[in-house]
Amino acid sequence: MTVARTPEVLAHQFDDLEQQHDAANLGMWAFLATEILFFGGMFLGYAVYRSLYPEAFTQASNHMDILLGMINTVVLIASSLTVVLAVHAAQQDRRRALVGLLTLTILLGLVFLGIKSTEYLHKFNENLVPGVDFAYTGQNARHAALFFSFYFAMTGMHALHMIIGIAIFAWLIVAARRGRYTAIYNTPVEIAGLYWHFVDIIWIFLFPLFYLLGRHL
Amino acid sequence: MSNYLNVNYGVKSWLLTRDHKRIALLYLGAVTLFFFIGGAAAVIFRIELLTPQGDLVQAETYNKLFTMHGIIMIFLFLIPAIPAVLGNFLVPMMLGARDLAFPRLNLASWYVFVTGGLFLLGAMIAGGVDTGWTFYTPYSTVYSNSYVIATALGAFIVGFSSIMTGLNFVVTIHTMRAPGQTWFRLPLFIWSHYATSVIILLGTPVLAITIVLLALERLLGLGIFNPALGGDPILFQHLFWFYSHPAVYIMILPAMGVISELITTFSRKRIFSYQFVAFSSIAIAVLGFFVWGHHMFVSGQSVYAGMVFSFLSMFVAIPSAIKVFNWTATLYKGSVSWQTPLLYALGFIGLFTIGGLTGLFLATLAVDVHVHDTYFVVAHFHYIMVGGTIMGYLGGLHFWWPKISGRLYPEGWAKFAALVIFVGFNLTFFPQFLLGYLGMPRRYYAYPEEFQVLNVMSTAGASILGVGYIIPMVYFIWSMRYGPPASANPFGASGLEWQTASPPPTENFAATPVVTCEVYTYPSEHDRGANP
Amino acid sequence: MIAVKTYYMVFAALLALTLVTTGAAFVDLGARWNTIVGLTIATVKALLVATYFMHLRHSQRLTLLFAGAGVLWLALLITFVFADYLTRGW
Repeated sequence: MTVARTPEVLAHQFDDLEQQHDAANLGMWAFLATEILFFGGMFLGYAVYRSLYPEAFTQASNHMDILLGMINTVVLIASSLTVVLAVHAAQQDRRRALVGLLTLTILLGLVFLGIKSTEYLHKFNENLVPGVDFAYTGQNARHAALFFSFYFAMTGMHALHMIIGIAIFAWLIVAARRGRYTAIYNTPVEIAGLYWHFVDIIWIFLFPLFYLLGRHL
Repeated sequence: MSNYLNVNYGVKSWLLTRDHKRIALLYLGAVTLFFFIGGAAAVIFRIELLTPQGDLVQAETYNKLFTMHGIIMIFLFLIPAIPAVLGNFLVPMMLGARDLAFPRLNLASWYVFVTGGLFLLGAMIAGGVDTGWTFYTPYSTVYSNSYVIATALGAFIVGFSSIMTGLNFVVTIHTMRAPGQTWFRLPLFIWSHYATSVIILLGTPVLAITIVLLALERLLGLGIFNPALGGDPILFQHLFWFYSHPAVYIMILPAMGVISELITTFSRKRIFSYQFVAFSSIAIAVLGFFVWGHHMFVSGQSVYAGMVFSFLSMFVAIPSAIKVFNWTATLYKGSVSWQTPLLYALGFIGLFTIGGLTGLFLATLAVDVHVHDTYFVVAHFHYIMVGGTIMGYLGGLHFWWPKISGRLYPEGWAKFAALVIFVGFNLTFFPQFLLGYLGMPRRYYAYPEEFQVLNVMSTAGASILGVGYIIPMVYFIWSMRYGPPASANPFGASGLEWQTASPPPTENFAATPVVTCEVYTYPSEHDRGANP
Repeated sequence: MIAVKTYYMVFAALLALTLVTTGAAFVDLGARWNTIVGLTIATVKALLVATYFMHLRHSQRLTLLFAGAGVLWLALLITFVFADYLTRGW
């Protein structure tokens, strides 16, 4: 079933679906560029203090639960896979697969957040939350506090972005179930996917920077 | 005739509009309100500065006044004004489009803007902030007893509005140009807004994260920027100025785009060396990111970094100078028409040149050591922001007013107001160059006796300037009811926006225009042997 | 455009790299090389996600420009700021 101009999905300011798709795609990439710089500011701060206080950072990193971190990395990578498969399903008009894969993505995202919450709780119990409850037993407590400040700020911001992503996917599921996304028009799924992959990439960098410093000590 | 103003009535039709033209007017209302609030703060502290003693307000209050003046003027007026008012209105029209790429995002950006603005005003009313608009740590994070977090959050929210606008412009300019409209057939207004949008997208997020870290630090007593806890206040300054220096180009580039349009129209001559002017906008946007350390020469950053930043800062003046030369060359042997928009454009060129040259003095590391944090700096940036940006804004507002409102403003009053503004401006800010050179620090409410005469001159100028700003407000509003109806192209200008009615219909054009030649063409060009 | 099989292969590569980077952390290569290895692997993983999952492989040049500009600007920020920190003691 082909429609020459599908008015209900073509916004009035665009001349055709291709222009609309290009604009949406470019818009999302422009937004992701802003996100690179947004997180980037924190990566800079982390890098500066890691270069100034390498030992304190290394020792602080040993307090992280490497197994949970690795599991979370795998979970997020898997969720990126489910997202690309969801986009693929939309492009092939397979509505049930689309909904299923988006649901799976959300579930994986929730698993990630669950594990993260557990880690945060552990940190609280170990008195390693700067500004809230911080009693570090190693050397250079002030410098270790900087490590943990960046840990919570960066993973917290990342988690916030994941929550937003999950909400977006939930919205997409509602629309998908009503058959809104077809082979002709599935742009929202595609660009939501881009956002999710970006959030995955951020975690791909957060994992080694916070969990994998000097494990050989 | 149905146009975007009368197509439907009622508050809801305005507050829920997706029409870029109506959104532009929503922004016009908001930025005008904020401008006068920011101006009121300035009136108060300029009155304080009539006398050497601090006698009108307390020191803390004075600190709050100049802080709020800076924050409101920069974030709620200078950054949004031209892009969100003139840009929103004109970018789609100059591209022959029906609207921007993302109309709902555009409306959302206005709501975000107003929300952020209300946050800032709320913080002001609750008691204000006394850190200076620069929020330097650790004063802002540890020692200040003022509403730092609320203000910072307000700025954060407004930043998002800015990003949304910039994103909309970039995508629109890339994907929605009219058939035949290649990049070198675009109006220079578009080039400058494109460059501005690039800066917005790449710079604003860094300010956003800086504000987040500032708020967390203050809230939780973290040590990221606190030397007592192993942190570095200079890191804050790096992050802050990485955005805030390019921000000044966000504030000036749109005005430069306006000036290009005014100069070509009112000399009825194509812009001299269009490509150089177009590329100079991109050059300013890029080079502007390499120089932020010139705000930090005496902060404690590495001397070698200072030298590099000083050296690079010289380069960013070059594309600006190219524009000034090209505008002047355009006027030369042009058929000049001395109407109000041109008066503002000429004022811009002169005042921006002074402001820009004094910027070079400041960029010279050794000189800056002496004039840093003095009124010399204050005069420099006001020459650019007020003598430059605001003149560009007013010139543009007058030029496109017939298109926007369908009415002509009263030319006599407009010329008079322009003159009052020019005189008032110079009387306000030229003495400040002298004050700074002679050593008067900025952000001080009390000063040595010998500086009083210049301060009195400055305050006198400010009152004249204030009157000058009120006059256009009055006659613009007057013209909406009583001004003579405007034709589609009252100034004989080039550009697609002038090929549709004044005011335009909601969809802008009955049919998408096709572009077949460069944009600045005037019939009499052939007589003078210029390129057809 | 991109075959489903490719997606699975990329996924497998990402998992493998995750294991490698975790394992590498337990090997003492000196602080500098451990960092380089960790960041290099992370970069490769990010590039795999961007190229295949985010379809940069088949995107317009303009899209690549936008993505690249973001990364480049971050590099600019980090480089210039470090130029300050590294030369303060000179």
